[in-house]
Amino acid sequence: MRDAIDESNADEARRGPGFNRRDFLKGSGVAVAATAVAASVDETHAQKIEAVKKGPANVALDKPTSLKLEINGHVHQVTVRPRVMLLDVLRDDLNLTGAKDVCDTTNCGACTVIIDGKPVYACARTAIECVGKKITTVEGLGDGKNVDDVIKCFIKHDATQCGYCTPGFVVATRVLLNSKPGAGIEEIRKGLGGNICRCGTYDGLAKAALECASAGNKGGR
Amino acid sequence: MADRKFSWPSRADNVLIGKDIQRLDGVAKASGQAKYTADINPEGTLFARLVTCPHAAAKLAAIDGDAAKKVAGVRAVHLFKKIGDEVRWEGELIAAVAADRAEQAADGVKAIQATVKYEVLPHFVDESDLEGAKQAERFQQLTQKNDGDVEAAFKKAAVVHKGHYGIVTISHMCLEPHGSHCRWTGENLDAHVSTQNVSGTPKQFSDALEIEETNVTVTSDYEGGGFGSKFTVDEWGLACAKLAQAAGKPVRLMLDRATELKVAGTRPSGFIDVTVAADAEGQVVAWDSVHWGTAGIGGGGVDVGQLPYPFTFPNRRVSQVGLMCNVGPNRAWRAPPHPQLCAMTQTALDDLAAKLKMDSYDFFAKNLQFTPFGKAEVYAAEMELAAKAIDWKKKWHPHGEGGQGPVKRGLGMALHTWGGGAGPCNCTVKIHPGGAVETFLGSQDIGTGTRTVIAITLGETFGLPVDAIKVHLGSSKYPPSAGSGGSITVGGVTGAHRRAAQTALWQIFDKVAAKYQLESTDGLVARNGKILNGEKTVCTWKEACSLLGQMPLEVQGKGPAKDGLTADRVAGVQMVDLSVDVETGLIRIHKFVCVQDCGLILDELTARSQVLGALIMGISYSLSEERIMDNKTGRYVNADLQNYKLPRIGDVGELVAIMYQPDSEYDRGVVGLGEPPVIAPGAAISNAVANATGVRVPVLPLTPKRVLDALKGGQA
Repeated sequence: MRDAIDESNADEARRGPGFNRRDFLKGSGVAVAATAVAASVDETHAQKIEAVKKGPANVALDKPTSLKLEINGHVHQVTVRPRVMLLDVLRDDLNLTGAKDVCDTTNCGACTVIIDGKPVYACARTAIECVGKKITTVEGLGDGKNVDDVIKCFIKHDATQCGYCTPGFVVATRVLLNSKPGAGIEEIRKGLGGNICRCGTYDGLAKAALECASAGNKGGR
Repeated sequence: MADRKFSWPSRADNVLIGKDIQRLDGVAKASGQAKYTADINPEGTLFARLVTCPHAAAKLAAIDGDAAKKVAGVRAVHLFKKIGDEVRWEGELIAAVAADRAEQAADGVKAIQATVKYEVLPHFVDESDLEGAKQAERFQQLTQKNDGDVEAAFKKAAVVHKGHYGIVTISHMCLEPHGSHCRWTGENLDAHVSTQNVSGTPKQFSDALEIEETNVTVTSDYEGGGFGSKFTVDEWGLACAKLAQAAGKPVRLMLDRATELKVAGTRPSGFIDVTVAADAEGQVVAWDSVHWGTAGIGGGGVDVGQLPYPFTFPNRRVSQVGLMCNVGPNRAWRAPPHPQLCAMTQTALDDLAAKLKMDSYDFFAKNLQFTPFGKAEVYAAEMELAAKAIDWKKKWHPHGEGGQGPVKRGLGMALHTWGGGAGPCNCTVKIHPGGAVETFLGSQDIGTGTRTVIAITLGETFGLPVDAIKVHLGSSKYPPSAGSGGSITVGGVTGAHRRAAQTALWQIFDKVAAKYQLESTDGLVARNGKILNGEKTVCTWKEACSLLGQMPLEVQGKGPAKDGLTADRVAGVQMVDLSVDVETGLIRIHKFVCVQDCGLILDELTARSQVLGALIMGISYSLSEERIMDNKTGRYVNADLQNYKLPRIGDVGELVAIMYQPDSEYDRGVVGLGEPPVIAPGAAISNAVANATGVRVPVLPLTPKRVLDALKGGQA
């Protein structure tokens, strides 16, 4: 039940390795290259610390740094401190506010985005880590008129009330169905177990995801 | 001409009303296009962060707000407390810092925190500890009521049951936290506020800021959850306006998650010692109870007036004690305080039924005569439907006979009532000469489907599809409409709109009759974009509207009114089938049935959603959700979404919402639905656990630890 789901792969995968990037970047007080940080995502903690100790010193740690981020097929240039999270860049710098800032502790899934095909909590990644990656936000799944089939299924089954968690669920559902186009109810429960809704729209969410899955839906519009 | 009276269409004629109509704002919300207060972000917006107090009780001994002003990017600082002020609960706001970027504001907060000193004072936070509260002088005797002769009734009774029950404090946990975005233009304040009370908010700003109400515009196009906690602009909203004024730039101040949980509202707890008795037939003859809990530092708690809930038994003695705890103050929480009253009453009644060796269903049926508002027959009909849906008769067994293995299965039920009468609403409906229809009102859509039910009402009246109706709400510049709380919104807005729409339609019919030389307007109806006379088409809707001339037709709608469009008061019955693993303490819901009446249903789809959502919220506060206070430090230790446990999609089981709507309900008119289905889950689930295991787990939520503790104690 809950505890099993809390610790499920869905959650862990979106959170990333057990390592707090903000404290790491803010606290170390030495310079590090943006590229080195961006490349270090898959390295171990020890390797990262080693990389930090070595330099090279292209970027001062708390100095605003120019980054290019590829989001929804467009390249955006922003200048932010390396400790700034992807979620804050999306919302505050780029006005892409579909990803919501709810828990700030990688628990609720309201900020879920797709990075290189995988679901990721945008509050769990610094922006600088996302350089060179393909980021898709909920805005990439529809412009309000032409929308992804997931969104259509959500509306049909009323999988939204206040709507604040809904974009996170839409993105999580899209990425789940991309990897498992014919997902069954148990896969859906597991795949969406990294998101929380307070209004209680789970019944509609499950039905929406199931309908989309049974249509063998892949790729959206 | 026949009498022109406000009424809903006859049920068989409806094209939109009572069908599954998709939410008008669904795509905007699901696609991320909808802009909530937390998303308002015009050029130049500053971001605010908060300094809060880590102590449950303290006196502020030192603070230097200017320390933040030395931090790069910081533009303004607001102090909520001055040196010498008392802090009464952990998380109380001390200062706010606005900066160009959020991380700079956070640095400003750290700079102030380094200067803050507290003189720590003694605290008391254990709301379940009646004796401790007496010793700490945190005890407040509140109401006592005494009807009939309880002692005499107990002596004559066939069975007497004594028990202790309780339900802890929970937080609202709105996913969009409380907050606002404030921007000044000269003397005018333009405030986006995450509120369920758009029309009632300008005065809160203008009073505190000493400006005219006309200088204030409040906007809330979308609101990410309120559940009763978002009616006031609060000190943080005023601080946002002051920071914006001081900085000369717009400021967005949203509470962080921990602060949201600690200061922005809780539902009060209730713990109760009950003695309740019945005659040999199972009719309750007397109720005697003392209950306590806290609504914060002021004491208070769950109002005693409606205990035992919702029954009026012949003899009753009730008493309430408030504990003054150093915890964040309560706010209305969906159906206040019915969920707690229901959990404190119907668990005790179910144990009494077990003592009588009665099927819980038969026991509740036997006592329906004591339910209020003449709803006994509705309850009886709803109980039958629910029992059928959950297969009660086949699955029922006496408490404690839930199976031989470690996983025990059980059934439980509970019932509830709520008012839900229409709230005040004013609207302006405009029909343009080209046929376009729009309406303006200072209401809000907090997930209620407010936009959608208005469009259904106007669309049904004018014979147009819902997407032909433009609904403008969420601005204090529109005609005033009540805050959304207490299930008053849907009745309020649709009653007012039906009145306005019928009034407009009659005027259009008069013009049509004149133009097409009809003898009477009696046979005219608007349907499928046409005006029909009986079955015969007279003209299209557009042709009819062109008769308005150059100017649009504008009609004001008002409500509530006693004209039969709206009503109040609902019943409702819930039954749950679950199992309990007595080795791990885990509870799994198999099936949860709610049979709910609410008069005339405008949109079956969103109505079912309200019920299903309420069941899930009910599962949440019954199984996992609670504010955990640490007695030693006085802190709210699980003020985050990791340790404050809400159910996820795999935790809720099969949910069944049966909308009870015979013609007798349709004919009552519209009644609100948001509150009622969230009331009974606590008692229903607790009763099913008692049925499965034969042991009462006395206090909600029924976490694995509480289940295992109760099983060890073996208390019935």
